[in-house]
Amino acid sequence: MVDDFVPALIDVGAHHLCPGCGEPIAMRIVLEAVAELDLTRRTIAVFGIGCYTAFSNNLDVEVLQALHGRAPSVATGVKRARPDSIVCTIQGDGDMVSEGLQEVLHTAARGESVTCIMLNNGVFGETGGHMSAATVVGQRTKTSLEGRDPALHGRPILLASLLAQIEGAAFVARGLVNSAGNVARTKKMLLRAFEAQDRRAGFSFVEILTMCPTGWFVETEEAPDYLEGHLAAVHAPGVLKDEVDR
Amino acid sequence: MTTALTGGRRLLAGSEAIAESMVAAGCRFFAGYPMTPFTEVLEHMARLLPGVGGVCMNAESELEAIGMAWGAAATGTPAATGSTGQGLSLMQESLAEITLARLPLVVLDMARGQGDYYQATRGGGHGDYRHLVLAPADSAEAVVLLGSAFDLAERWRNPVLVMGDYYLAHTARSVTIPDPVERAVPDWGLDGSSGGTGRAKLVSFLGSRKQRDDVGYDLAAHYADCAEHTVEMTRSVEPLAEVTDTDDADVVVVAFGTPARYVQAAARALRATGVRVGCVRPISLYPFPTEAVARAADGARVVAVYENNQGQMVDDVRLAVLGRAPVTFIGGLSLDSSGFGIAPDLDVRILTGRIATALERVTTS
Repeated sequence: MVDDFVPALIDVGAHHLCPGCGEPIAMRIVLEAVAELDLTRRTIAVFGIGCYTAFSNNLDVEVLQALHGRAPSVATGVKRARPDSIVCTIQGDGDMVSEGLQEVLHTAARGESVTCIMLNNGVFGETGGHMSAATVVGQRTKTSLEGRDPALHGRPILLASLLAQIEGAAFVARGLVNSAGNVARTKKMLLRAFEAQDRRAGFSFVEILTMCPTGWFVETEEAPDYLEGHLAAVHAPGVLKDEVDR
Repeated sequence: MTTALTGGRRLLAGSEAIAESMVAAGCRFFAGYPMTPFTEVLEHMARLLPGVGGVCMNAESELEAIGMAWGAAATGTPAATGSTGQGLSLMQESLAEITLARLPLVVLDMARGQGDYYQATRGGGHGDYRHLVLAPADSAEAVVLLGSAFDLAERWRNPVLVMGDYYLAHTARSVTIPDPVERAVPDWGLDGSSGGTGRAKLVSFLGSRKQRDDVGYDLAAHYADCAEHTVEMTRSVEPLAEVTDTDDADVVVVAFGTPARYVQAAARALRATGVRVGCVRPISLYPFPTEAVARAADGARVVAVYENNQGQMVDDVRLAVLGRAPVTFIGGLSLDSSGFGIAPDLDVRILTGRIATALERVTTS
């Protein structure tokens, strides 16, 4: 029963994210993956700054708070100092692709044995819905009111696609959380990413496209379709690179 | 080249002495980005740390250098970073938040001149926080102060800045590297192991513990805690200064860092001609040795401040002297064409002239 469901390693109780937000779903499968792989007592989650930061207060794994965009360098320091720990970052697209693009690219290039996780809703959600480097053409935000226009705003950076080209990256994948099937597929990506880290195969990355009806100016129930039709059409889902067994 | 870390006098360039003493003090993580005159410290740490099971990272910019040091520090590993003033400028947001996260971190400013005094003591970052700041005058003192820096950082869970410069980096001097210190991993250090216990640890500038509720972080409470901690730290840390010949001094000169050695030499030269000159050399810039400066100013006719900048420490001297004597600035920006902090004014003849003039002005007026 839904009422009996208790998420692994997350406090039971209400969160204050918007109705229809995809981030709680993403957080749930991240922590489930940690629990299922028996990594609970080795994991350190490095948080960026965004709506998801609220979860840092309610997780039963060790948490280190970083600045906007700067979780990958902090994660690097943690992992280099404690090589037996499992280190992941939790960052939004504004955090990782706008402010933090340098950090994640270099972390991947160095092949750091960390798992970077991006919750991508194509907006800066926490500040009220502004254009990020991942916002897709035509998407309306408070800083692209008529829709992102390539002539004025350029085109989105497809981060997972960039990372897949970096040799230091062992596993790169993009998943969605707008349907039960997609949630299950994305969770498999997270399991594989943590496996990549545990086996010291190299840098691992999972991009999770999440619903943001507030930031997209759509009704809650329209958000799953909006994600499929607008964001996933550009940030295409799938496993982009899997060299965990190399 | 030796990596031996046992005590004993050796002739070392300042950068190497600094690196060796940090490793001896227990530093096991260092991250940096090449920039003059900090670069050699990074080189030496890269050479020394692997041999003691430590890690040295050449980060992709100063922003990531301090990020990496932040992560390592959060695990309870004694960590350090550094740069020159410009690189420290890049690190300021992180420095402010690391302080709110209550983390120990030793930060080197191998400065170009003395223009970073405000940045170091006022905090170049946002918000209200304080760092302990130490200013060695030569590499022998730097070796000792770096040991103190790691002790203070650990004790107060606060960043400690150590101010060096080009002279310090590139002057070779006979120094004794202290014996290695072992540091225990603190309880609050992250390693993953408290996961799943219901009390999984948090290291954050938003709060010191998870609220585990649906209300979230109480920043007001956290900032109040941090402020209280700052007051206790400032009250408890003994300010340091070297005071010479001030009891009967007519003119007291205040200077810090490498230039202070020239000022002290100028003071000795003037004493030999019968001028009653004394010196106060602040060694801790925060907490500033206010009492030592005030006592030295008692009975003096003038307090002269020499620093290689447009006047920064002079503010703290004025506050300390508080009208006991007039305070006059005899420093100024003195640079060669490289901009790395070689000061043409650092000449005992020039300094004796300025000190003598400062005294003449009050005597004849």
